[in-house]
Amino acid sequence: MAILVDEKTRVVIQGATGNQGRFHLAQMLAYGTRVAAGVSPGKGGQEVEGVPVYDTVEQAVLHHGVNASVIFVPAPFCKDAAFEAIDAGLGVVVIITEHIPVHDAMDIMAFARQRGTVVVGPNTFGVISPGKAKLGIMPAQAYAPGPVGIVARSGTLSYEIAAALTAAGLGQSTVVGLGGDRVAGLNFVEVLKRFEEDQATQAVVLVGEIGGTAEEEAAEYIKGMSKPAVAYVAGRSAPPGKRMGHAGAIIERGRGTFEGKVRALEAAGVRVATLPWEVAGLVEEVLSGGGPAGETGPETPLDGE
Amino acid sequence: MKLYEHMAKEVFGRQGIPVPPGRVVTTAEEAADAARELGEVAVKVQILAGGRGKAGGIRFASTPEEAGRVAEELLGTEVRGLVVDRLLVEKKLAIDREFYLGIAVDGAARRPVVIASTQGGVNIEEVPEKLLVRQTVDPTWGLMPYRSRQVARRLDLEGSEARQFSQILVRLFAIFRSLDAELVEINPLALLEDGRLVAADGRLNVDDDALSRHPDLPRVEEGTETERRAREAGLSYVELDGDIAVMANGAGITMATLDIIQHYGGRPANFLDAGGGAGVEPMARAIEILLSRSPRALLINIFGGITRCDDVARAILKVADARGGIEVPLVIRLVGTNEEEGLALLKERGFEAYRTMEEAARRVVAAAAAGNGGDDSGHTRR
Repeated sequence: MAILVDEKTRVVIQGATGNQGRFHLAQMLAYGTRVAAGVSPGKGGQEVEGVPVYDTVEQAVLHHGVNASVIFVPAPFCKDAAFEAIDAGLGVVVIITEHIPVHDAMDIMAFARQRGTVVVGPNTFGVISPGKAKLGIMPAQAYAPGPVGIVARSGTLSYEIAAALTAAGLGQSTVVGLGGDRVAGLNFVEVLKRFEEDQATQAVVLVGEIGGTAEEEAAEYIKGMSKPAVAYVAGRSAPPGKRMGHAGAIIERGRGTFEGKVRALEAAGVRVATLPWEVAGLVEEVLSGGGPAGETGPETPLDGE
Repeated sequence: MKLYEHMAKEVFGRQGIPVPPGRVVTTAEEAADAARELGEVAVKVQILAGGRGKAGGIRFASTPEEAGRVAEELLGTEVRGLVVDRLLVEKKLAIDREFYLGIAVDGAARRPVVIASTQGGVNIEEVPEKLLVRQTVDPTWGLMPYRSRQVARRLDLEGSEARQFSQILVRLFAIFRSLDAELVEINPLALLEDGRLVAADGRLNVDDDALSRHPDLPRVEEGTETERRAREAGLSYVELDGDIAVMANGAGITMATLDIIQHYGGRPANFLDAGGGAGVEPMARAIEILLSRSPRALLINIFGGITRCDDVARAILKVADARGGIEVPLVIRLVGTNEEEGLALLKERGFEAYRTMEEAARRVVAAAAAGNGGDDSGHTRR
């Protein structure tokens, strides 16, 4: 099993004929993802990598029964594309596009909530269930099938951590990118709940960063979780008031600090890594039953080495 | 993008939110003229930061001469680290009570949130949560007037005051939505002795990602010269006060790289996310921008997913060619897509690269500590 996407997921790529869309459609196909159709308004009738392209998502549903979408449409047109996917009744909509206006994002999330669609992103690397399906732009070689569920706000940092886990023989059930924007379709808690229910997932890794309160809310939820959790939080050295690339990665109103997040996570029994390459070791420990959840162990991440 | 107070108030005024009469001035003479027209005035520095009052950026004058003198004193000075080049001269208000009213994006709720308080005129961050009224708004329906009446009621406003407040809130929400604002704020929203509610201050921050939809809004530049250049190059860049320049790809890994440098005792000079999948040209621009600030060392940390390692190598070599070498110790960590090609390109020219962040971070911290005389295989100045 896995969460959100698996080998049965039938995928439509919106923006399939653009540079990014073409390239990643091919990569997803090569990974074994069931990419059934592409959509590019005005390009209906074409093919990309042998995959038929339609003018509308509705046609892709009609002819191929697609139930998930990956959106590569440029930001100004993304709200329309996302609404089209949600309106067509797709279960999962992954929005790779970055720089979507935040008001568009709020509109998309409101509509998705009404229709019961799960939106992943925007500004995300996507979702991968290793060995089953890849809906996004992540480098496939960083992942292998296994028992660890990863949920991350950022892309490259999570690739780094996933690759280290893979190198250590610790594969993943599913890896979910929440996206770097302030308004995102999924939060940590919603993904953790799915991992908690997923039989294939035995431990979870949370890759967080400063800003917002999502990690603190995750900590609250983890207190009641049966599976062990490991975390890494980026932004320890970030000064308040500076937005570190991601729209949400900013310490404001004294909230969203590194210290506050680490404190909350540790209080919930999460093993928090001081350095990203320590995550794999901590996962190994929690999976082998060493270092019981609820205790921090000998390390004191707040004080450094 | 943050707008100055006077710009925000112009928007408010156009949308029917009462604002005090006032004029923007850049000289003492203009300030005196404005006071001649307005009577007793407040002279307010226009800077893109809060806390002006406490920092001495708001003064009062009862005569045109005094207004000119005050303006003379304020113009050209620094308030909260920002140079004052313009003032807003406004008719002085006879204030009875001060409220707070703001609308922001609530990321957790994925909705706009209205925040109001009877404790206005102070830094809202210092107001205890129990004195704040919060209401998230479903963007599908917008802010229905009854919701604004609820907020007024919860602030214990009645009669004419409640009516005025509701109207202001509905109009402020319309501004928030129609201008793609990340934040609109009136602090204080002043209840005057004559019973009128007036926006005594105004803030309006517009979503940078939506600016193209608002060609009519003025453009306000913020940040240092280098930050502006980086922004123009499409890079996500923030200046910090250390001496180790950093380029990485992806916000999360860039932040982590800074943390790791600090962990090993170094001080990062900047945050620079070259972005996922950046090509040779933007990465070369990024490196040039970093070197222009004369750091003691430069760390390039790339985990190539959609970013190609050979492109990274080409960017480094392009800069080295243009400058006749890289003048500070350069430490490179390069793994991922097209790694072999990238490493080969670098090796040909005598540049080496590390495989792990740990080694690279340790090396760059050592190189910065040693200064330009430091020597090791991880950098070259050829």
